[in-house]
Amino acid sequence: MTTAARKLDAEQRPAPIGGGLDVARVRADFPILQQRVHGKPLVYLDNAATSQKPRAVIDAIVRYYEGSNANIHRGVHYLSEIATKDYEAARRTAQEFINAPHAHEIIFVRGATEGINLVAQTFGRARVQPGDEVLITAMEHHSNIVPWQILCDEKGAKLRVAPINDQGELLLDEFAKLLGRRTKLAAVTHVSNALGTINPLKRMIELAHAHGVPVAVDGAQAVPHMKVDVQALDCDFYTFSGHKVYGPTGIGVLYGKSALLEAMPPYQGGGDMISSVTFEKTSYNKLPYKFEAGTPDIAGVIGLGAALTYVNGLGIGNIGAHEHDLLVYATQVVSAIPGVRLIGTAKEKAGVLSFVIEGVHPHDIGTILDQEGIAIRTGHHCSQPLMDRFGIPATARASFAAYNTREEVDALVRGIGKVREVFA
Amino acid sequence: MSDLRDLYQDVILEHSKTPRNYRELPAADHKAEGFNPLCGDRFTVYVTLDGDTIRDVSFQGSGCAISKSSASMMTQSVKGKTLAEAEKIFERFHEMVTGHAPAAGNESELGKLTVFSGVSEFPVRVKCATLAWHTLHAALEGKQDAVSTE
Ligand SMILES: Cc1ncc(COP(=O)(O)O)c(C=O)c1O
Repeated sequence: MTTAARKLDAEQRPAPIGGGLDVARVRADFPILQQRVHGKPLVYLDNAATSQKPRAVIDAIVRYYEGSNANIHRGVHYLSEIATKDYEAARRTAQEFINAPHAHEIIFVRGATEGINLVAQTFGRARVQPGDEVLITAMEHHSNIVPWQILCDEKGAKLRVAPINDQGELLLDEFAKLLGRRTKLAAVTHVSNALGTINPLKRMIELAHAHGVPVAVDGAQAVPHMKVDVQALDCDFYTFSGHKVYGPTGIGVLYGKSALLEAMPPYQGGGDMISSVTFEKTSYNKLPYKFEAGTPDIAGVIGLGAALTYVNGLGIGNIGAHEHDLLVYATQVVSAIPGVRLIGTAKEKAGVLSFVIEGVHPHDIGTILDQEGIAIRTGHHCSQPLMDRFGIPATARASFAAYNTREEVDALVRGIGKVREVFA
Repeated sequence: MSDLRDLYQDVILEHSKTPRNYRELPAADHKAEGFNPLCGDRFTVYVTLDGDTIRDVSFQGSGCAISKSSASMMTQSVKGKTLAEAEKIFERFHEMVTGHAPAAGNESELGKLTVFSGVSEFPVRVKCATLAWHTLHAALEGKQDAVSTE
């Protein structure tokens, strides 16, 4: 299809009746979905690892490199001006997307991992002292465990872990009990990548704040699936990765409250993050540039802006409702298969279906499904302590996005049937 | 197209369900732990030597069908062999599963292990098939740290 034809196509697209998603149209936006894998139509159910990218994102990146590539914030010339404008427009798009009060509270980072490390190494390092405690939960991704372990080791502080129940839900009472005089920070995930559990984040933040404890949120698995409002949550930090929300890899967002960001020491030193440098003294640039040292991933930021705009076009509420429908359906049909056990059965869940099959290692499930063209994730999902909690080495995980269909869930069920046949 | 049945041959499935020499050797004079961080597979391999000969070998742990059956068949194939012979088998096995040498022509050395030739069509599974072998190697070298496939 030519660009012109595509544009026309997009303009003529009728609004879906009564809200909701026109999934066939959504699928047509994602070039990668049209292919076959091992001779079968691709069924991409590994969205919690990374989502696919719509044409709009790919085009925005190509347009930038073909039409306006230049370094930003330092050129007087035409291209630099356009690149800077587009880069800063994406910042405002991200700001609105999570309803941050100010654009300068949006810091572009490589992804959730870097966002968390930034908070640990600046805010955390200044705040946490020997004997203090950092509180996390039992369902964190390694990226929300290890940076705090490093910090605690360095400071002689203690990492405390709020437990979960067998359904994979946080024990809120236990979380509250662990908030004490020595707690200097709580770092918690909004949605679990391995289980799909949606945490009662607002309540957790209220509890933490009642103890004067600031809260840093890992939103990597929440932002793609639900409306996130950092003001309503009143979180102190919130981070997410672009690549899980239809954007490019290598780019993400860290939101922080102005007052905290102002008081924090910088993360990395270099160009762009200073206002003046002599060999004796450097004064730092204002927000957000203080935290954006060096030439950033300009194409990535522009691509991320396009991705968030794309999501706005579909409606995050519509996406969430569609994924919820798939989750309910998949839960029903997959758990009905003999020998299959779901891991993570919280009442509040995002579109993640983690499961094990009796007598079959998840790795073998993954290989057999792959031969059917079905992409899922198998392993510990960067959550080894969580796997230990459930007494399993790994799970198989299917995770949903806006473009997935009930037919694909049916394909998954047939694929699992094949697994059971091979291992009968 | 690679065929699943080439990978999951009956012998492999059978060994993964009822692995041989699946026990601890309390009197082992060589022992090592092997770990595949990607999928969480974890095995301990135990060896007792009689001079230069592998008198007994066993393993324990958890892993996928490929890694478990490979460990099981490895213990069968190296038991009673000299260290040099065992190394040679590992070399041939490694060449076969990485697709660098066909099973055909090496049957005399590989024996039943040729059932793993299908692994070469599934590159991400090579680590599964070789985990136990790397662990055996580490045990014989007397390495203290757990070996890792990464
Ligand atoms: C809950 C959670 N946090 C953090 C991350 C890390 O994200 P990234 O690898 O994009 O930095 C992930 C990604 O897998 C995740 O699922």
